[in-house]
Amino acid sequence: MKRGRVTTFPYIVWMLIFILVPLVLVLYYAVTVTTPAGTVFSLQNFEKFMQPIYIKVLVRSIQLALVSTIICLLLGYPVAMILSGRDLSKKNILVLLFVIPMWMNFLLRTYAWMTLLEKKGLINTVLGFIGLPQINILYTDSAVILGMVYNFLPFMVLPIFSVMSKIDKSIIEAAEDLGSNSFTVFRKITLPLSLPGVVSGITMVFMPALTTFIISKLLGGSQYTLIGNLIEDQFMRVYDWNFGSALSIIMMLLIVISMAVMSRYDREDAGGGLF
Amino acid sequence: MTKVIKKLYLALVFMFLYAPVVILIVFSFNSSKSRANWAGFTLKWYLDLFKDKQIMSSLYYTIAVALLASLIATIMGTAAALGIHNMSRFKKSIIMNITYLPVLNPDIVTGISLMILFIFFKIKLGFVTLLLAHITFNVPYVILSVLPKLKQLNKHLEEAALDLGATPFYALRKVILPEIMPGVVTGFLLAFTLSLDDFIISFFTTGSGVSTLSITVYSMARLGINPKINALSTLMFITVLGLLLIINKRTSGNSIAKNTKEQKEMPNFYNPSSIEGEPLP
Repeated sequence: MKRGRVTTFPYIVWMLIFILVPLVLVLYYAVTVTTPAGTVFSLQNFEKFMQPIYIKVLVRSIQLALVSTIICLLLGYPVAMILSGRDLSKKNILVLLFVIPMWMNFLLRTYAWMTLLEKKGLINTVLGFIGLPQINILYTDSAVILGMVYNFLPFMVLPIFSVMSKIDKSIIEAAEDLGSNSFTVFRKITLPLSLPGVVSGITMVFMPALTTFIISKLLGGSQYTLIGNLIEDQFMRVYDWNFGSALSIIMMLLIVISMAVMSRYDREDAGGGLF
Repeated sequence: MTKVIKKLYLALVFMFLYAPVVILIVFSFNSSKSRANWAGFTLKWYLDLFKDKQIMSSLYYTIAVALLASLIATIMGTAAALGIHNMSRFKKSIIMNITYLPVLNPDIVTGISLMILFIFFKIKLGFVTLLLAHITFNVPYVILSVLPKLKQLNKHLEEAALDLGATPFYALRKVILPEIMPGVVTGFLLAFTLSLDDFIISFFTTGSGVSTLSITVYSMARLGINPKINALSTLMFITVLGLLLIINKRTSGNSIAKNTKEQKEMPNFYNPSSIEGEPLP
């Protein structure tokens, strides 16, 4: 048992310095302001956030994250259902194919869409070739939502899939024996039993969508602002660490709140731990 | 009929997922600078990569940081896991909760909090800070890969070794380490891959002159599209994909479906309830 303390010691020290101290510093900067007289305690940074322009950024970030989450759910639920279905050959390979995009660097995935969506990109060339009107959605909300859906769709499908594959097939067979049609089976069995997967899917899509700053930067253009961009700006351009730290605290609170809300709907076996 | 619709729908979704990346890769071999017209096969963008000083230096830093960070993280993480495994329930749950912090926190928060730390203590941003940051986010993944192996370990093995006269260190080296080695190797590979793949944390913790490949891709992409980035992306994509396929194979048992990335060895990182509910023996 003595070994325990000795070998864990370096890690504990490391953890204190590089995990806890930085977070304490963020909190410290968030609740102080630098005045000519020195650093004083103040909630000014949080008050600053209450200004309409910043609230607007927050609302917009939540809106976009919600829209992408809903689109992911609508697109992804049927995929999970089909993948977990009975009538599919080579299921394992298909599922692996679904997992692989999750492993790609999201920077590269987002960049790929930049090349597709640009004015003289492939999509517009093809559209022009078959005589359809051009689409210019790069550097708009639509492009950002598209980027989020593209990046996070697998995070929605996989938890739902994993919960659905665990549903006992004999329950469905029993329902069918008792005369339910396929719609009733879906409504009474598949849907309720897949809800834990839906909940963790929503969490896994909503949180990264809320905190991203790269998708919005690359696909939304340099003027584009979500809360992630706002934080990045405070540290890399404006150098207002106090405000940036306050924003980070707000972002962490949002994450904690959404996790808490989600876990209320969560059951023990939720998600099946696809990650 | 419904079967046809199902297959069609799946095909469309797969197209949506793969088309952008496939097109990116295909156009990295396009001899024209255009992103829309195919003008013939070329490897010139790949050759250009090797002539580009900035890209070569980022490649060097990426590999150096990833190797050093994952090695140090593996040693520290394995040692920590050995200790954590033998701790009382209470202490263990405190340490594990802190271990999950960098895993659960948004990367941007981890990145800026480390940046604040370095600047606050007047450590010049650069290679060292980049390395420290990478070690920090790598260690939890190593611990989470090694702990399950320790759980499976028969504890009487060590006792038997000690009874037969082995010193604790000898028993560790000859009995415990060989048993948990698969977990250690998986942890190392995972840490190495995450390091190679990381952008956000590196972006905030590096200084001028030190850049990783992801950062270079980002700064180039913001200036516009360039076939050289396509070539670089293709190489990075294939490397990381290869590594993750190896990790997946190591961690998965019989079914691919149930064992993506870190699932079997580790709890559900993105799902708070499963983490809280993770029994800590």
